[in-house]
Amino acid sequence: MAMTTTPTTGAPTPRFRPSSREGILSWIGTTDHKRIGIMYFWTVLVFFAFGGTQSGLIRAQLAQAEQSLITAEIYNQMFTMHGITMVFLVVMPFAAAFFNYLLPLMIGARDVAFPRLNAFSYWFYLFGGVFLYSSFLLGGAPNGSWVGYAPLSANAVSNMAFYAVGLQILGVSSLASAINFITTILNMRAPGMTFMRMPIMVWMTLVTSFLLLFAVPIIAVALFMLQFDAVFGAQFFQPASGGDPLLYQHLFWLFGHPEVYIMILPAMGVVSEVMPVFSRKPLFGYAAMAFAGAAIGFIGFGVWAHHMFTSAIGPVPRAAFSVATMFIAVPTGIKIFNWVFTMWGGKIRFTTAMLFSVGFVSMFTIGGLSGVMHAVVPHNAQQHDTYFVVAHFHYVLFGGALFGFISGVYYWFPKVTGKLMDEKLGKLHFWTWLLGFNLTFGPMHLSGLLGQPRRTAVLPEELGGTVELYNLLSSLGFVVLFGSALVFLYNLIRSLRRGEVSGDDPWDARTLEWMTATPPKPHNFDEIPTITARDEFWHRKYAEDEQHVPVPVPAGASVDTDEHAGHGEHIHMPDASVWPFIHTMGVLPLGYGLVYANWWLIGAGVVWMVAGFFGWIIEPLAEGDDDEPATALAAH
Amino acid sequence: MSVATHETSMGLDHRKLAMWIFLASEFLFFGAFVSAYLLYLDTTNRGPGVEIFDIPFTSVSSFVLLMSSLTMVLAHNSHVRGDMRGMRLWILATAGQGMVFLGGQVYEFTVFFREGLDLTQSPFASSFFFLTGFHGAHVFIGVLILLGLYSLSLTGKVKVGQDVKTEMVGLYWHFVDIIWVIIFTVVYLIPELRVGG
Repeated sequence: MAMTTTPTTGAPTPRFRPSSREGILSWIGTTDHKRIGIMYFWTVLVFFAFGGTQSGLIRAQLAQAEQSLITAEIYNQMFTMHGITMVFLVVMPFAAAFFNYLLPLMIGARDVAFPRLNAFSYWFYLFGGVFLYSSFLLGGAPNGSWVGYAPLSANAVSNMAFYAVGLQILGVSSLASAINFITTILNMRAPGMTFMRMPIMVWMTLVTSFLLLFAVPIIAVALFMLQFDAVFGAQFFQPASGGDPLLYQHLFWLFGHPEVYIMILPAMGVVSEVMPVFSRKPLFGYAAMAFAGAAIGFIGFGVWAHHMFTSAIGPVPRAAFSVATMFIAVPTGIKIFNWVFTMWGGKIRFTTAMLFSVGFVSMFTIGGLSGVMHAVVPHNAQQHDTYFVVAHFHYVLFGGALFGFISGVYYWFPKVTGKLMDEKLGKLHFWTWLLGFNLTFGPMHLSGLLGQPRRTAVLPEELGGTVELYNLLSSLGFVVLFGSALVFLYNLIRSLRRGEVSGDDPWDARTLEWMTATPPKPHNFDEIPTITARDEFWHRKYAEDEQHVPVPVPAGASVDTDEHAGHGEHIHMPDASVWPFIHTMGVLPLGYGLVYANWWLIGAGVVWMVAGFFGWIIEPLAEGDDDEPATALAAH
Repeated sequence: MSVATHETSMGLDHRKLAMWIFLASEFLFFGAFVSAYLLYLDTTNRGPGVEIFDIPFTSVSSFVLLMSSLTMVLAHNSHVRGDMRGMRLWILATAGQGMVFLGGQVYEFTVFFREGLDLTQSPFASSFFFLTGFHGAHVFIGVLILLGLYSLSLTGKVKVGQDVKTEMVGLYWHFVDIIWVIIFTVVYLIPELRVGG
């Protein structure tokens, strides 16, 4: 190939710059959105194993009434870390893995707007996770649940300082990604890629990023307050001096409810890509789909107090938030119907990816319906803090978000690796996953309605034999899920090693990411395509006859491979840089300093990070600055 | 070799767009602090309340901070015209005024502390120090960025024609000023009117 991505000479070659694309250093210094996406994915799998182990301990403890396999203290740490891990270290970064890998490919760009900031986001995520988990070795993990209600969490015995600082670190990571992705979507679309031609996945990335942009600063405030209450004696949530615990609840849920949509919208994006391809039809109601996503984003900021119906918020807010919450079911319902109508009359191929997408729609609908039940205030008062709530949010987050993401893994695995995942193992994975999931979380609806409280270390015997049976079923369900996860892992590794070669377009796909080589070259596209239609790739492959039946275009399927490349034109690609890694490492001393009120560590961390930033800024770019003036000589 | 602004979909420089997006997020950050402060306005736990504020003193330091926005504009203007000496001069003037403001805040905090208002006294005290303190931290970071811009323009990293860099620092700096206008009104003036009126 005539095209080259090696830097031109002439500019100073910086030290510490990894130049090869192999070896550990090339990963530490990478700024390639595809490699960062892959790193997100593997890190997510590791944390998923941790979070899964914690849920295993929870289910073992609750398998029978009055059991004491683990102490109440350990139990508290387990359900807290399970929640934090699954929300902040699994589902959110899982979405980030997809965003990173796919976003530039889907809009016809060579990378995100700020490649080094992208690496910065990943390292902040990794160090935030490591920081949170280090608490196990340093006197105990956070144990005040993932919501961390004050003033309990401000109490020194609650280990919640690690929670406050750890989530803060992860928040920085999310905020940086959000800014990066929004800029990329607004500013780097290929010629002709109008908003209404963007894949729904890109729409959902945009909405999710805006949600993060406006929700993360609010949790940051709540966490700063909590942190200073816990460590430095501030009085924000101390009732003794007039502090109001409700303030924490409001701030937390003002972030926490948009967070729910931050977790589910990306999966909705994935499903909206998978379903049309395997139904061989365009997505039904594209515009409604895009605007429903945006509407969910807006309304999502106006429903937070439905998490607080049993707190002292008064009847008027209860009524208002109840109505708003029911209202948000409307755009969600629009989406569900659009997926169903996408499949309606289509030539459906039940690949594993499609199965997981169908699973997503059905399981998410169950979770959505129990969600509407929560919106009814008297109903809510009955269910509050019972296993019914646990069942509900696992149906939307596990049955929803995770099913969607796994569908995406099966669908885009060939794009990333050039190999297909094994379909037989995939189907085994799907059916056991579906069975295990429903066995684990289905009975929780019933045990919750019968009064089983959540976050309680021992299952009380007086709840009766029925509740005990439901809990035993849940614990058995965990065993099924565990086996199913092993099947998935085996399939993943086996397919990586010796999966069937997929070719460039194994699914007869519709969107831009399949229009380039598989796996994509570092610069994604040899030539940036000009977009003339929604589902651009499909329209290049197929025309329609009079009956609107797609007919292959003879010279279509112009997958952008090496052969017809070669203008010898130079492609400007971002340089590798280890500075994001070096800079973000400073967050560890800073974080520990804040937890232990150690000013030396805080100072060291701040100096480290500021120095890292300056290293980042003055690092010479092999390509020169983006806006390097042609006549830079006259500068002084 | 350059990825110039004419190639972007919105016709805006990436960095400028990103700065606007970041500032949008910052508004919610300060919004939450302002809400907490208003909630705790009267929750003084028998300690000092809003009557402790010295309006004339804070007015002067506020004036200095507002004037620094003017010098920031002049710095950007010089950069656009290619006058790097002028740009450096105005950048230093802006940073200097920022430091005067910070000095005023340190003095003010010290006085309040001696009069019994400290972080652990009451929810009012905590939210006052948090809101103004986080604003002060933003000013401090702004001063660091200004000094960084000054040094980098000396080493030749920031050149004539790269005025978008000065513009971005300016955006941040003006934002910090606007937030102060809100804080000065909400934290100092309105409660004072209520007490004094």
